[in-house]
Amino acid sequence: MVENRPLANFITHLVLVLGVIAIALPIWITFVAATHDEIRMAQAPLPLWPGNQLWINLKQTLFGTGLSGTETAPVWLMLFNSLSMALMISLGKIAISLLSAFAIVYFKFPFRMTCFWMIFITLMLPVEVRILPTFEVVANLGMLNSYWGLSIPLIASATATFMFRQVFLTVPDEMLESARIDGAGPMRFFWDILLPLSRTNIAALFVILFIFGWNQYLWPLLITTDTSMTTIVMSIKQMLEAAEQSPQWNIIMTTALLAMIPPIFVVISMQKLFVQGLTETDK
Amino acid sequence: MLKRVHFPSSPLPYLLVAPQLAITLIFFIWPASQAMYQSFLIEDAFGLGSEFVWFENFQVLWEDSHYHAAFWRTAVFSVLVAALSMGFALILAGFAQRVVRGAMFYRTLLIWPYAIAPVLAGALWVFMFNPTLGILTYFLKHLGITWNHYLNGGQAMTLVILAAAWKQVAYNFLFYLAAMQSIPNSVIEAAAIDGAGPGRRFWTIIFPLISPTTFFLLVINMVYAFFETFGIIHAVTQGGPGSSTTILVYKVFNDGFVGLDLGGSAAQSVILMVLVIAMTVVQFRYVERKVEY
Repeated sequence: MVENRPLANFITHLVLVLGVIAIALPIWITFVAATHDEIRMAQAPLPLWPGNQLWINLKQTLFGTGLSGTETAPVWLMLFNSLSMALMISLGKIAISLLSAFAIVYFKFPFRMTCFWMIFITLMLPVEVRILPTFEVVANLGMLNSYWGLSIPLIASATATFMFRQVFLTVPDEMLESARIDGAGPMRFFWDILLPLSRTNIAALFVILFIFGWNQYLWPLLITTDTSMTTIVMSIKQMLEAAEQSPQWNIIMTTALLAMIPPIFVVISMQKLFVQGLTETDK
Repeated sequence: MLKRVHFPSSPLPYLLVAPQLAITLIFFIWPASQAMYQSFLIEDAFGLGSEFVWFENFQVLWEDSHYHAAFWRTAVFSVLVAALSMGFALILAGFAQRVVRGAMFYRTLLIWPYAIAPVLAGALWVFMFNPTLGILTYFLKHLGITWNHYLNGGQAMTLVILAAAWKQVAYNFLFYLAAMQSIPNSVIEAAAIDGAGPGRRFWTIIFPLISPTTFFLLVINMVYAFFETFGIIHAVTQGGPGSSTTILVYKVFNDGFVGLDLGGSAAQSVILMVLVIAMTVVQFRYVERKVEY
């Protein structure tokens, strides 16, 4: 701060606290709803302070029958599906983009620029604009209702390849020269020098991609018809539909809470890497 | 682009790019070209055969008043989402960068919504605005406003805009804060010595200096509002009541998967693709060069 103005300081903190309250309010309301029983959650006005039913709600949501009157998979299974999908997408993206960025930066080969441009094009095409034909491809390959179908079509992305390309370009040339003098081949150089050097970038990218994978909605919605393959994020829609008949808001909001805890935990616990990953992949 | 020191040509690089190229070809380039091809076809009523009709699907869209309405609705929706979330984030970041100690504390409390899926953001807001039980509905009733987004199209639109903007504030805040923190302190101090107060310093120095970030965020937020808000609309309003919240990406889905109008839906996909590519080109060309410092 440049100068000391007590009034301005007070206003600064006031605005920030109000901002935090506005941002946190929906999450707080969700948490409160998950701590009351069904009867309390059906009377207006709804409570603003937590009750004591959190454990009961959690137990019923995770291992119970879930919402009455709906045929959904148990919540623990949906959490497992979401976790598998998020991990496959994030680790798969990192693996294939590390390899292709390595090839594009460190090798001279015919059609190198053709490969580069083909990857670059995918930067421009979000899955939403080509859903129908992509769905047909996945259906023809027999990958509906499988973890492969959930993750592989989302794995190819140019952003990760671009980020690793930037990282590799900043590695000094002397590294490769000395490695070659010592007799290291390309893959040895990749494992022993490039990978350790880009460790923090990989971790930062992992945080972003994990959240990207966990929060997928449209794609899982289309290719899973079997209830045992549903993910937690897409189950929210079924629950909102069921809420119009039997409003068990305590269970619905406990499920919503469970769906957002893993990505929030990742963001908060790895905040520094997260901010780094965000600013590096998008700029 | 290529390293000055590099490995000689061998089969190895082909093996290395093969996985990414295979996935790109099978799941990106082939479907995108299929979408383009399908946009020139009209299927007959029984789905038995199709006829190549050149631009008839596009012509139908061009004359379709529903499509026009969806187009303008999307424009209004994305501009409002971008303006609301960027404005709110700018205010918060502007105050947060004044705080010497505790800026990181506020940042930790403000970035949560980034981690929340759009469809969950929709669920949280629809719960607060539930016509019979919602907490905000309850307060609005005391102000004399009856809230029912199942019946009132304007209220449904307000609800999805609020949910979409809320989720995006965290992202914009992070970029604005990072941009403001990279401005050298000496510039701000010089202005303070010349007698400029905090408000004046913000509008005449900080705001112009972060204009590249503003333009960058504008494009990102438009793309977000165009595509990623699908989850919110699908879960909260299903494009209704009537078609008051049917934005373009929801219409592609609805016409293709529900209405089974494959040619029309593919033509809409192609238009969306052109829009995304245009936005990406604007981001790469215009934004990076023509921003005034």
